[in-house]
Amino acid sequence: MISVRTLCKAHGARAVLTNVSAEVTKGETIAIVGPSGGGKSTLLRCLNALDTFDTGEVVIAGVTLRPRSGGAGETLRALRTRVGMVFQQFHLFPHLTVQANITLAPRVVRNVAPAVAARRAHELLDRVGLADRWDAYPHELSGGQQQRVAIARALAQDPEVLLFDEPTSALDPEMRGEVMAVIRDLAAGGMTMLVVTHEMHLATEIATRVWVIDRGGIAEDGPPAQVVEAPKSQVAKDYFGRLRK
Amino acid sequence: MAVCAAVGCRSADPASTLAQIRARGVLTYGADLQGGEPYLYEDPKDPSHLLGFEVDIMDALARRLGVRAQMKQYAWSNLVPSLQRGDFDIAMNGLEATADRAQQITLSTPYFVYAETLAVRRGAPYHTLADLAGKRVGTLNQTVAHDILRAQPVEPVLYEGNEEPYADLVQQRTEAVLLDNIIARRYGCIPSKPEVVCLDGDVALGTYVIGTRKTDPELAKAIDEAIAAMRADGELERILRKANLWDARQTGPFPEVAPDAGVRARSFDFEQAKLFAEGAGYTLFISLLAFLLAVPIGMLLAVARVYGGPLARGAARVYVELFRGTPVLLQLYVLYYGLAPWWSLGPVTAAILGLGLNYGAYEAEVYRGALLGMPRGQTEAAKALGLGPWQTLWHVLVPQAMRLALPPMTNDFVSLLKDSSLVSVITVIELTKRMTIAAVDLRGWLVPGLACALLYLALSVPLSELARRLERRLARDQRPHAL
Ligand SMILES: Nc1ncnc2c1ncn2[C@@H]1O[C@H](COP(=O)(O)OP(=O)(O)OP(=O)(O)O)[C@@H](O)[C@H]1O
Ligand SMILES: [Mg+2]
Repeated sequence: MISVRTLCKAHGARAVLTNVSAEVTKGETIAIVGPSGGGKSTLLRCLNALDTFDTGEVVIAGVTLRPRSGGAGETLRALRTRVGMVFQQFHLFPHLTVQANITLAPRVVRNVAPAVAARRAHELLDRVGLADRWDAYPHELSGGQQQRVAIARALAQDPEVLLFDEPTSALDPEMRGEVMAVIRDLAAGGMTMLVVTHEMHLATEIATRVWVIDRGGIAEDGPPAQVVEAPKSQVAKDYFGRLRK
Repeated sequence: MAVCAAVGCRSADPASTLAQIRARGVLTYGADLQGGEPYLYEDPKDPSHLLGFEVDIMDALARRLGVRAQMKQYAWSNLVPSLQRGDFDIAMNGLEATADRAQQITLSTPYFVYAETLAVRRGAPYHTLADLAGKRVGTLNQTVAHDILRAQPVEPVLYEGNEEPYADLVQQRTEAVLLDNIIARRYGCIPSKPEVVCLDGDVALGTYVIGTRKTDPELAKAIDEAIAAMRADGELERILRKANLWDARQTGPFPEVAPDAGVRARSFDFEQAKLFAEGAGYTLFISLLAFLLAVPIGMLLAVARVYGGPLARGAARVYVELFRGTPVLLQLYVLYYGLAPWWSLGPVTAAILGLGLNYGAYEAEVYRGALLGMPRGQTEAAKALGLGPWQTLWHVLVPQAMRLALPPMTNDFVSLLKDSSLVSVITVIELTKRMTIAAVDLRGWLVPGLACALLYLALSVPLSELARRLERRLARDQRPHAL
């Protein structure tokens, strides 16, 4: 489903990603952890071409991304309908209702008929537990509700891969559970997901694999039992040690 | 007394203006440099130095009173009220002797006899004013010629400068021009305008006189005596000959003061109200269409500046700087008169285009600010969903930017409504121009001014109200935060 080969990226003189290679198969849920500034967000953004990279290659959901090319318009469009993204700050469109937020992309990108898009939006809202809030504006929702709408919006494009960048970090602790529940549900449904997170139980209970990213590289890659319980690298030991405290 | 002279206030003592002039050694006269050659104009070699036959006459006149003459710049159509207010001692600038003026101020004996001259395009089928029924005929605002035209079934087209009426005649925007022979000979039927011919036969004769306040009979008498003396000893003839203005008309008999043609409104009646409503209609029509032009221009420029490549960015920037950095008045002149030989626009079209192009530059900056104010996350979220650049702009950024832009846009529209008064320089009689015409006719600014203000408010207040509602609708999701 995803294949990353010798990916390198620098911002000016500072190397942000150094020689990252990884494979993800369909249905996996990868928890990406690591110290701040390690390059987690950057890696995620390279996977759906929000950022470009300098060398290497990414093949994701059947689309091949090459260095520096933002990619031709058609490639990008194909890529982004197949790879959804959920942001730490939700980034819902404040001028649109919940339903319009969800139906916008299907309607204008894939020319789905409005009625069909609306029906699908209601299904997805039902799935994230917000069936009755379809006509609310984002500002009328709590943070947890907004993030669930953002997930429904990403799902509306019927993606093969979902990327999450710290989906619960902007939320109060009591709202994290509702978002985690949706992610858990998606994992159970076989969605392929990469989730940058600081939530321990996502790494231990939901993820099929955990990547520890540090200084631009994947320092450790393996099942939770191995990476979280018996980390080999110093950075992973430090990181999980700190979280347990 | 120095203070009194400085603020130009009027004294109750009728002898005192002449006494004051003698005491300060200076006779001040109101005139308008825009009248230009040959009346009174700046020496091209030394702009602080004035030339013109009226300057020569004033110098001679002042010399005969034992003082020095000093010009004070005033808009020509305001010379009489400014004289009455006491801004200068006398008014002297091609002031025609009319019954109307004689009621307001004291008119001296004539220093020049002019003839109203009709100019038409060569080969045009017009020989007298009567042939021009229903046609557009140019003249200067508030002149005797203007009154003559108002008494005829023609459509008067009003200008503020001497060049423009003949330029428009050449451009076929008017069918004829009626003005003093001085102006006609100097600006109309000249070798560089072979298309223009001045018709033989004076439409009317009249005289230029000097105006004094009715409270200054001593000064009026002194001026009359000085003019008579200049006439008697041949100095006046020398001055007029020098300016190539001497002709058989100058030796008399002098024409009577033109009687009141009865064409000027004397009260703010139903006719006036209708004219004001028509002026307001032009103001609204021109402003609305100009704004409808400015909004898409502004959007294109803003998008080019924020998202365009180097070329588009540069071009948009040049446009904005050019149109924002030069006066809209100049742009209107260039559009209407400057481009006329290649692209002859009607006055209303030129007005809409000129204001629209100009305000486009301002709107561009409003939208640019609004687009720059959009959070980056909005663009990224739209991109991540697969929206292309234009789709992102149209569905995500523009609706939100519009909400930010609406208050400044409302502001700009109200400002445009008022700026539209500038289009009177290209002969459109909109609300403000109508007000200034009425103010001269009615001899007072109060009633026309109030009517004008009320009409502007009647146009702008409903529009701001509309904008306020729209703003509320667009900003449903953005209630102001309590502090
Ligand atoms: N636009 C940029 N210009 C320069 N450096 C950048 C830019 N964006 C990111 N970086 C640098 O790249 C490195 C990786 O950033 P990234 O955001 O990917 O880290 P992260 O692992 O997501 O950190 P966090 O956990 O704090 O979100 C950081 O050192 C950061 O300073
Ligand atoms: Mg990050």
